[in-house]
Formats: sequence, C-alpha cells, structure tokens
Amino acid sequence: MKASLRLNRHLSQHLGFFLLSLVTLATVIPILAVVIYILLKGAPAISWEFLTGFPRDGMRQGGILPAIVGTFYLTLGTAIFSVPLGIAAAIYLAEYSRENTLTRLIRIAIINLAGIPSVVYGLFGLGLFVFFLKFGTSLLAASLTLSIMTLPVIISAAEEALRSVPQSFRTVSISLGGTRWQTIRRIVLPQALPGIITGVILGLERAAGETAPILFTGAAFFLPRLPGSVFDATMALPYHLFVISTQVPEMPIKIQYGTALVLIIFVLGMNIIATVIRSRARAKRQW
Amino acid sequence: MNPKFLIQNLSLQYGDGTESLRDVSMSIPANAITVLFGPAGGGKSSLLRCLNRLNDLTEVQAVTGQVLLDGEDILDPGTDVIALRRKVGMVFARPVVLPLTIRGNLTYGLELAGEKRKSRLDEAAERGLRLSALWEEVKDRLDDPAIALSGGQQQRLCLARVLTNQPEVILLDEPTSGLDPLSTGKVEETLQVLKQDYTIVLVPHSIQQAARTADNAAFFLQGELVEWSPGKEMFTHPKQKRTEDYIEGRFG
Repeated sequence: MKASLRLNRHLSQHLGFFLLSLVTLATVIPILAVVIYILLKGAPAISWEFLTGFPRDGMRQGGILPAIVGTFYLTLGTAIFSVPLGIAAAIYLAEYSRENTLTRLIRIAIINLAGIPSVVYGLFGLGLFVFFLKFGTSLLAASLTLSIMTLPVIISAAEEALRSVPQSFRTVSISLGGTRWQTIRRIVLPQALPGIITGVILGLERAAGETAPILFTGAAFFLPRLPGSVFDATMALPYHLFVISTQVPEMPIKIQYGTALVLIIFVLGMNIIATVIRSRARAKRQW
Repeated sequence: MNPKFLIQNLSLQYGDGTESLRDVSMSIPANAITVLFGPAGGGKSSLLRCLNRLNDLTEVQAVTGQVLLDGEDILDPGTDVIALRRKVGMVFARPVVLPLTIRGNLTYGLELAGEKRKSRLDEAAERGLRLSALWEEVKDRLDDPAIALSGGQQQRLCLARVLTNQPEVILLDEPTSGLDPLSTGKVEETLQVLKQDYTIVLVPHSIQQAARTADNAAFFLQGELVEWSPGKEMFTHPKQKRTEDYIEGRFG
C-alpha cells in the first residue's frame, strides 16, 4: 500500500515534468518552424543584386533596396522622436513625480496606448500628421505615427529600468550634496542605461515590423528610387511584403520569402543586440 | 561653549505615523562625539536626518521647532540644502558604495560642487583616506571598482568619502552595525581622532559602543528625549529610572 503510494507520487512527478516540458516545447516549436521555413524558402532569393538592386518588372524581379533603406529610415526616424521623449517621460515618472492622481492618469494612459490596435494609430497619423499638419504621405508622418505607437513601450521599459536602480544610491548621492538632476545624470541613468536601451530596441523592433501605422501615412506601393527628403513617401519591408504577396499577380514565391527573410533578420538582429546588451550589463552589474 | 547645533522644541511626524519626535530640545557641541542612543523606533535616526535635511526625501507630515546650525535655522524653507549637506556629511548603517571607482566615490561630492582641478581632488581624496585609515590598503588601486573592497573597507570608504567632501559635521547612523569587532575598533579609533576637527553625531549600534565613545549622550525613547548629559555621567549615574533600566538591560 505504502509502496504503491510512493510509486504513484513518483509517477505523477514524472508525468508533471513531462507535460510541462511538452508545453514549453509547444511554444518554441512554432517559432523555430517559422524561422526555419522562411530561411529555407527565402535563402535562395538572397543575392547581392536582391539586397542592393531596385525592383524591376512590376517588382517581379530585381532587388528590394528601397524597402530595406525605407525601413531603416523609418526606424531611425521613429528613434529620433520616441527615444528622447520616452526617456524624458520615464525620468519624470520614476524620479520626479510623486504618486498622485495625475501620475496615475498618465500611467493608465500609457497602458491603454500600448493596447490600441496599430491600424488605429495609422488612422490617427493620417488625420493629424498627413492632413492637419500637412506633412503629406511622407517619411516624417510615418515616423511620427510609429513614434506614438512606440512611446508606451519605451516609457514603460525605461521607467522600470530606472526604478530598479537601488534607492540607496540616490540617498547617498543626495547626502553628499548632489542635486536631484546630478544624481540622475551621474548615477541613476548610467546604471539604468542597459535596461533602457533594451526597451528602446524592443520598441523600435516592433515599429520596424509594423504595416498598419505606415499604410496611410508614408508607405509607397512602388517607388523606383530612395526617398530624397523627409517629405517623400518611402517603401518599407513589411508593406512591400504585403504588396507582393497579395497585390501583384504572378509574383515569384522566391522573392516573397526572400523579402520575409530580410525583414525577419532585421527584426531578429535588433532583438539579439538587445539580448546581448542586457546579458552583458547583468554580468557587469554591481548590485 | 558654543553649540554647533541647537535643537529647540523639535517635533516630527511621518506621513504613515511611524517614528516621530516629540518636543526635543538639546544642544550638540562642536569638537565632541554626541551619541544618540535608545531602543529602535525611538527617533534617533529621525533626529539625525533632520540635521542634514535628508528627511526631505521621505514623506514627512509635519516638522515644528527649530534646528540651529551655527545660529541659523536649517529647517527654514529658504535653507540651501545642497550647501547644508556639504557641511553636514552622513555615514549610513549599510555601506553604500556608488557604482564608481574608489577614486570616483571619494571625489563624487567635490566634483558635484564644481571642483575640476585634479590635484585638489586627489589631495582631498588622499586626506580622506588617511583620516579613515584606509590609505595604505587602497592607495595602489584607486581606479578599481569600489565594490571590490571588503565590507569593513567599504564602510571606511564611506567615511573617507564624507571626509573628502570637507564637511564640518559628520553624522553616523549605526556605522558599525555590519562590521566585525576589528573593523569596528578601527572606526571608533578614527572617530576619536576626528573629533578634534569635526562635530560628530553618532547613533551607536550598541549601548557598549555608546558608553565607549560618548562625550555627550542623549537617551531617546519612543520619540521622547528622556535625558541628555555628558557621557561619563549618563553611563554611571543616569538621572532617570528609565535610562538606568535601559542601560542595565532591563528592557530594550
């Protein structure tokens, strides 16, 4: 009786572990499958010409340079607006504001902003930047729209990074005659920087992969040149992928997967950089 | 003798109503060690943090009374708290080294104050290290991360950091609570030397330490200053029954 009970416990323990690892695998397999599938299908399309050439023959041939450069520009433009603003907002929330109705309101707004579907940002950007501010369908309008979408991610990540810096550092700095800002600039920000950078990259990575927000605000169906100013429209990888997958008849499959592969490498690359920064900072951290 | 600090009818309440001070009046003489002792929650640390306005960082509900430093009320809203904190340095219970090099920790305060001349910074740092008996141990590795030092060394670095700032008063909040007897001895020895040039206010981590170090002692119980007198008197002939009971270990 006792022996069988022990056996049962042993068995259920093993069964539990088995089920848990199965569930874990179930989450990893689809990701791996997608990456490997696209890698296998897309790799044959990758060539020097594909990466550095312009699309030809109704985008059925040639390269995707304008889309690659466009996505790069959009990411950069988003960074220019959202990073300083996001970090400043996080510093205000974490370091200066006291908990009150206003800050609670701000926090609720941030959380809700993060939950808004990206196509709504697109419509908002169309109304505000394209029409009202008369930026037209442009790199500028698209970058600003993506910035608004990215801000909540950056603010939340940066605020958390700032809050994780031990309070005792601040107390000591203040007790040595430091002002609040000196304390932030010399101690808190450097310590929080890896966390902030990680959050920034993850936010920008999302911006780089989005289609809906740029659909009405800056993305070009086909543009046989690189954007010359911030008021030009631009091609972008995710929108280009959508176009060649659904809008162009007799599109070679190879080019579709090649484009998907480039986009995935772009986004995963940023992700890997973020992971490396984070783990390096963790190893060096002194608290 | 002219008191460095003159505390008059000081009362303090925190926002959450925890530790507070009730109508405390006492004076703290220059060039002596004044010890604030008593059971936990008595208001010693609160008083200490009034002396450099570090209480500004906490949710303080109400402060009344006066704290005069060289005749000026530092609780006045117009007080330059940055200048005050340079003048009144503080060492905490847990040694908190900033995530900088040893040198960076030492010169932090002076650099914030705008001192850029390397010779001045180095001079002040060396002086601070020598005073806190750490110079010989770290002089060859000033540019190493401060976190690499042992616990005792870190606490002496914190003292050296305050000294490098060239204050007039040094507040110490249980500075030896995490240290072994040897390191504790070193810190206490250092304080005896330092009192010739500085005003020292110490919250000791034991009654024994209070008795060893006090030139003057003040006994705090639940926010009330029960009595204060020269150290010798306090620990041999306390005036109040409560003080005697605490010193002899009948409660605490």
